[in-house]
Amino acid sequence: MLEINDLWVDVNGKEVLKGVNLTIPSGETHILFGKNGSGKSSLLMTIMGFRRYRVRQGRISFKGVDITKLPIHERAKMGIGLAFQRPPSIRGVKTRDVFNVCNINSVSCDELADKFNFSGLLERELNVGFSGGEMKKSELLQLLLQDPELVMLDEPESGVDLENLQILGKAINKLLEKYLWRKRAKSGLVISHLGFILNYIEADSGYVLLDGRIHCHGNPRELFKGIQRHGYRECIECQR
Amino acid sequence: MSEVRRTRAQQAKDKKSTFGTDVDLLKYQLLSDDKTDPLGLDGLTHEDRAKIIQSGIDLDDQDRAGTFFQTDHRIVHCAVKQPGLEVLPMAQALKEHAWLEELYWQAVPVDSDKYTAQAELHFQNGYFIRALKGQRVTTPIQACLYMKHDNTAQNVHNLIVAEEGSELNIITGCATAPSLQSGIHIGISEFYVKRGAKLTFTMIHDWAEEVMVRPRSGIVVEEDGLFLSNYVSLKPVRSLQMYPTTRLIGPGAVARFHSILLAPPGCELDTGARVVLEASNTRAEIISRTITTGGVIKARGHLVGLKPNVKAHLECHGLILTEEGIIHAIPELEAHRSGAEMSHEAAVGKIAEEEIEYLMARGLSEEEATATIVRGFLNVQIEGLPPELQAKVDRAIEESEKSML
Repeated sequence: MLEINDLWVDVNGKEVLKGVNLTIPSGETHILFGKNGSGKSSLLMTIMGFRRYRVRQGRISFKGVDITKLPIHERAKMGIGLAFQRPPSIRGVKTRDVFNVCNINSVSCDELADKFNFSGLLERELNVGFSGGEMKKSELLQLLLQDPELVMLDEPESGVDLENLQILGKAINKLLEKYLWRKRAKSGLVISHLGFILNYIEADSGYVLLDGRIHCHGNPRELFKGIQRHGYRECIECQR
Repeated sequence: MSEVRRTRAQQAKDKKSTFGTDVDLLKYQLLSDDKTDPLGLDGLTHEDRAKIIQSGIDLDDQDRAGTFFQTDHRIVHCAVKQPGLEVLPMAQALKEHAWLEELYWQAVPVDSDKYTAQAELHFQNGYFIRALKGQRVTTPIQACLYMKHDNTAQNVHNLIVAEEGSELNIITGCATAPSLQSGIHIGISEFYVKRGAKLTFTMIHDWAEEVMVRPRSGIVVEEDGLFLSNYVSLKPVRSLQMYPTTRLIGPGAVARFHSILLAPPGCELDTGARVVLEASNTRAEIISRTITTGGVIKARGHLVGLKPNVKAHLECHGLILTEEGIIHAIPELEAHRSGAEMSHEAAVGKIAEEEIEYLMARGLSEEEATATIVRGFLNVQIEGLPPELQAKVDRAIEESEKSML
């Protein structure tokens, strides 16, 4: 589904990714751990194609197609979706209008909003005056409407209160559902700080990104336990 | 009294305006004749009709409580369909209502500048609209001031009275004939909103590339009165300068100004609103959304709080869509008493790339994302504006979208 080879990326002249290699097979969900500023968000933004993230070297391919130079909206149309960590507020643009843009399968936005306790926000300007939890919910609902094949979530649980964590978990689970009787339809690349996400996703693999490089990969729960116990120090030393 | 006025006008006929490019009025021809009979709508060409409709005027008079239509210096059509409402050419109103002398030139001083002076010295009619006491005229009244002869000056004087407890909704379209290239429009507008009355005034301008426009307006709002102004100018015009002054003289009076402006290359817009909150518990709001695609915009606003317990807010937001073009926001707050709650918010700049890319990540192309943001930027939902008038404003924005992007 997604293959990244030797990816080197600059932001305003500063190196943020230093030779990242990553493969996410179809139907698998991988989790990215790492300290603040380690390059996790930069990786997701680069995969999405944001212009600030200048690819100096390497290649990103999605469904067998080299997308390294494709504009953002073409990547979105191919089936890549990103829930932003800090989405911008856009004055004058109604949340409902953005939902309609995402809604490729013509599902009922009202029903979806109702299900996730979001109805009151549809007529509001996008993210203007939204709480942290409301923004995250808006992002996840947009992805549910966009129905991408590769779901990228950038810290979906940060800044969310306990009550809303449950609702968000439900949305994430719906996005990246894993069935016993058939292969999961979507692939996922998820950034998590708190590991809460592991309760809602059957993650297949985990990585630790430090200083723009992938240091460990392995079972996500085990990795997370290690990080909880020893911090990221062990990851720096360990090169599995 | 009229002699005193004329003398004052004479003395001001060379007085430059504080703001805006100075216009040499001698360059423009002054049309005049003694005919007073209306020209009638039948004389309009197909092209005239198309242009007039664009500025929000319904030529079939359908769903209109009244219509006033003037081309250059001549009345074309003047009709009223609802009792309790008066719509008259200004000259006729001055003859019929002697009491008008007490209001005429009271909200706008005749010697403000050379433009007010010219409007007095070379008066070419205009409209008088009045809702009688307690009459709620919710169906819009339309007024159109049309310029057809090239290189002429149109000097009109309008006066609107919403008597105690009444309601008026006025939509005015000002436009020029497609063949007209140059000219000057001077429009004096005086508004009197009496106790508990509500007056909504929506103005859509559609001028030509070399036209100079100098409206001069004054508004007086009494106790619990509400004045709502919406101004839309999205078409090219050489130079437009206006800075209407509103006085809120009675407790509980409210004034709101919303304007949506676009300055294409070669266009200079110097506009704003000034509201003086002279009584307690008065409120004012001035909101402007400006876009330049190469022209120059000065977005002014001045709120003066003279009494405690007044509330006023000023908001200037500007978008620069091309490398050329200037937006200069000049918000002023002036509080004379403690307890005056006054605020302003101004932001001028390009569309944030972050916003465009965000929408692109949802599948919109760069052009579509920009259009969505611009549409949102101009989407000022005007509180209290009748849906029909909001639809007119929305349509004007929609039509100009293509030329913007």
